[in-house]
Amino acid sequence: MLYRETGQYKTSYAADSVIFPIRQDRIGVMIVLAIAFVFMPLMMAFKIPPFRNDYILLAILLPFLILSLAAIGANILIGYCGQISLGSGAFMAIGAYMAYKFGTGISEIGLPPLPIVVSILLGGFSAAFVGILFGLPSLRIKGLYLAVATLAAQFFFDWVFLRVKWFTNYAPSGSVSAPELKFFGYLVSTPIEKYLVALIFVTIFALIAKNLVRGNIGRQWMAIRDMDIAAELMGIRPLVAKLTAFAVSSFIIGVAGALWAFLRLGTWEPLAFDINRSLELLFMVIIGGLGSILGSFLGAAFILILPILLIVVPAEIGLPITTETVSHLQFIIFGAMICFLLIKEPLGFARLWQIGKEKLRMWPFPY
Amino acid sequence: MQELGSFLEVLISGLLAGVLYSLVALGFVLIFKASGVFNFAQGAMVLLAGLALVRCLDFLVARGMPFWAAVALGMIFAAAVMAICAFMVERYVLGPLVNQNALTMFMATIGATFVIEGVAQMIFGSDVYPLRLFPTDAWIAGEGVFPGGILINKLDVWGGVIAGLLVVALALFFQHTKTGRALRAVADDHAAAQSVGIPIAWIWFVVWLVAGLVALVAAAIWGTKLGVQFSITFLALKALPVLIIGGFTSVPGAIVGGLIVGAGEKLAEVYLGPFIGGGIEYWFAYVLALAVLMVRPQGLYGEKIIERI
Repeated sequence: MLYRETGQYKTSYAADSVIFPIRQDRIGVMIVLAIAFVFMPLMMAFKIPPFRNDYILLAILLPFLILSLAAIGANILIGYCGQISLGSGAFMAIGAYMAYKFGTGISEIGLPPLPIVVSILLGGFSAAFVGILFGLPSLRIKGLYLAVATLAAQFFFDWVFLRVKWFTNYAPSGSVSAPELKFFGYLVSTPIEKYLVALIFVTIFALIAKNLVRGNIGRQWMAIRDMDIAAELMGIRPLVAKLTAFAVSSFIIGVAGALWAFLRLGTWEPLAFDINRSLELLFMVIIGGLGSILGSFLGAAFILILPILLIVVPAEIGLPITTETVSHLQFIIFGAMICFLLIKEPLGFARLWQIGKEKLRMWPFPY
Repeated sequence: MQELGSFLEVLISGLLAGVLYSLVALGFVLIFKASGVFNFAQGAMVLLAGLALVRCLDFLVARGMPFWAAVALGMIFAAAVMAICAFMVERYVLGPLVNQNALTMFMATIGATFVIEGVAQMIFGSDVYPLRLFPTDAWIAGEGVFPGGILINKLDVWGGVIAGLLVVALALFFQHTKTGRALRAVADDHAAAQSVGIPIAWIWFVVWLVAGLVALVAAAIWGTKLGVQFSITFLALKALPVLIIGGFTSVPGAIVGGLIVGAGEKLAEVYLGPFIGGGIEYWFAYVLALAVLMVRPQGLYGEKIIERI
């Protein structure tokens, strides 16, 4: 009854092409944003349960936000443009290490340490540049062949950040620490502040991504995904469409990588961005829903929360099992869940959400 | 002569290491040919086969059974485990996903990878288990020609011989048995094969079983070399560039690709490594594959990709 667009008339083109055409959706988004920006920080500030300590904030919310952003980036490439990538982790690493280099200054060319926001964005641009380079093969190869080609990026950059000392400012241990997190003169140090910074970044980039994919360029990506030869015959230039997808996707993933390193990790090694990170992002995209911004969030939430539940639940029930068994069980349940979801709903959570909305619209009638 | 001798030594050890990549790649090719599924789980299957073999072997030897009988029984046990694995995968993962697109199938095999790895380690344990099936000492050849001769590891030679036999056996199986020919029919066209009465589910089971047996052979050799342990699954990732270079659908391609990758990365490590920093073995194969893709997208032996609207 509540979710029905009856009586909402559009009288101008502008009104017809807004992001959320249905009033209830707009209200829903507003409520979610209000909770995220106002309600949650207040609860954290006054330590109201479940925020009694920083655990939920640091172990769930912050990673959720940043990985959602990375998943949006991966979804643009995989879900919207149809180019399978197994190298997302490498682009996160490029974002993180280049942001670190810009944030601490590059003495070889006399560049002073840049402000943190600028370094994060420049980290994103560096990732975008490399993304375009590794996107070039996509003009000749496609599908699973491309997936293996992007693996080359993953392994190559794992090695680069491990072996080329310039990227780590010649740190003997090979691990680096984020520069001071000063955003416009304001020092970010507490978990709540970090959460808010991540939230602002994610909101802005999710908005940009949402607008890109429903505009001209996004439609070009989708045409390429659905059938590239037909798209080319219709006048879409595959070179431009594919490389912009690679660039935008790598940029967002790079920014997410920089945020992950600066806000979540603080001190990190190349291992933080290995092949498992790439696979994790791929899972988020597929399980959340290919070609859906909302799906990226849902997928990130699922992939992040499932392992935590698998640790917490047996501990709560008091099952007497060893940590080794737990980690093996985690593998099994995780894999089984993925297979199960793929079989039951290959289009992911975003599709379930859509079905739910359709049902709600018809309610209380079955059809 | 010294130079040439050391070059040959590196080349031969690389080629023989490449044979092992070929063995893993072979499993991928078999499944891809018959079902169009890009099987990420091949590495996990090598781990499962290796663990089943080594644990059964240890168990029987500890009970006082002669070594040769224990090996035979262990092989049979591991083969049975692979058969169960093939059945489960076909029945519960791929069967329900018939006619989905390649990406979904690929993701499902990643899911299966996690399950297989978890189950294998839960049942058989997760330590490093040494396996002693083949001699691992070195063997010096060509002493008369090169000063000091060329060091060749006997295990690598065994690996090469076994891989050769395996390829011959597979070729015979594909050419001369009823099931083998049915497999080729399914590979050409699922729907047409089904319409002439070939049971797809059975064929897929057989393919996964054959891939599992290839994994068992790979596990026996890898396991003797490095001990059966979790990191075997990462070696399987090396099989991906091998596939790219050889072509996804070609058995000879998997062999030649493996040899190129094995020899290429050893030579690169020895002759190129000192100039750009060590450890390039880690990514060399992938970059080589990328270079091949730029020139020949379908790989050396792959079928020409023809696109229609």
